[in-house]
Amino acid sequence: MRLCYPSPPRCGRLVRPRPPSLPMKHTISLTLTLALLWWVLSGYPQPLLLAFGAASVAFTVWLARRMDLVDHESHPLHWSWRLPHFWARLLREIAISNLHVLAAILSPRRDAIAPHFVRTRTRQTSALGKTTLANAITLTPGTVTVDLCDDELLVHALTLASAQGVVEGQLDALVPTDVEEPAR
Amino acid sequence: MSGALVTCGVAVLVAMGLALARALLGPSVYDRILAVNSFGTKTVLLIALLGAVAGRADYFDVALLYALINFVSTVAMMRYCESAEASTAPEPGTGGSEPGESAEPSP
Amino acid sequence: MTWLQLLATLLLGAGSLLLLLAGIGLLRFPHFYARLHAAAVVDTLAAALFLAGLGCLFGATLGTVKLGLILLFLLFTSPTACHALARAAWVSGLREPAQPGEPPPSPS
Repeated sequence: MRLCYPSPPRCGRLVRPRPPSLPMKHTISLTLTLALLWWVLSGYPQPLLLAFGAASVAFTVWLARRMDLVDHESHPLHWSWRLPHFWARLLREIAISNLHVLAAILSPRRDAIAPHFVRTRTRQTSALGKTTLANAITLTPGTVTVDLCDDELLVHALTLASAQGVVEGQLDALVPTDVEEPAR
Repeated sequence: MSGALVTCGVAVLVAMGLALARALLGPSVYDRILAVNSFGTKTVLLIALLGAVAGRADYFDVALLYALINFVSTVAMMRYCESAEASTAPEPGTGGSEPGESAEPSP
Repeated sequence: MTWLQLLATLLLGAGSLLLLLAGIGLLRFPHFYARLHAAAVVDTLAAALFLAGLGCLFGATLGTVKLGLILLFLLFTSPTACHALARAAWVSGLREPAQPGEPPPSPS
């Protein structure tokens, strides 16, 4: 029984080397994203409300910087160009595997499902790539990532076909790889 | 058009009832939390549907907030269960081959 | 009834059908880990179809953008919640009935 990240009582926070200086471009991008989100959700152009919005955005960005959350992992700017393609392919995979799970639900035979655990390896090297892959696997119905240890995933699969898809690394090939951590 | 919306609302309510049945049946605490999480997602959809019936987009803000609260509550409950398990269970993985009531956190 | 309304009705109908099927799966599957997959259907395709149908009703307004945001948040939060559940169950020692021990070793 191996567990990778420590259980909650022992785990204060994941220790990461603190960067020498907080990255500015991620801060700017986060500010713009939050401002856009606020504008979409509010939609009122009164000056007072706009001031409230600016204040809340500034407070949130300050909090995020204080918590050391603003970096290439929370805000993968270097993936921006490849993300739409990845999402489109991921949505297609999700739709296909949804149909498989629905077929398994509707099938009257009891052996239509074969729930089991598989272990598989990933070719992702960065923490961001591994996390994205694990989340993509979980988001796809029929497979759930239970644990992630170094480069080994513990995945629960509903059917043999879905397990085979994970072992063959279909999603793994879709995730944009970054071979090394980008320079800050 | 509103007839179709009402039919969809009934379908969502029935689906919520199915999730609630799973929450009542259990058997493990994780089944219940899974069912409640699923119930919450369906509630989000129902609130959005109400917004469409009323023809007002204000309901969507409520639905958005409900989605976030649903997520936070599920994760918080999982953290609570995990820490309760870790402090009482002797060694995870050694026992508990049966999926039944053994998964309940002992008080 | 315009084409957009017809499309909205179709999408809403498909979403509702998927919600019902996922509910049946949630009741019918034999144990926790299998039910997890049935619940994932609700969070992904059913919600997407349902919200897309509502978006068709609202047309190009701020309401549709908010519906898109709801879907985006659902797609971001659902795998986290799902993984938290699965991992908590795994850590607590919940196993499949047919397979009480450790999972099979890595295929590589």
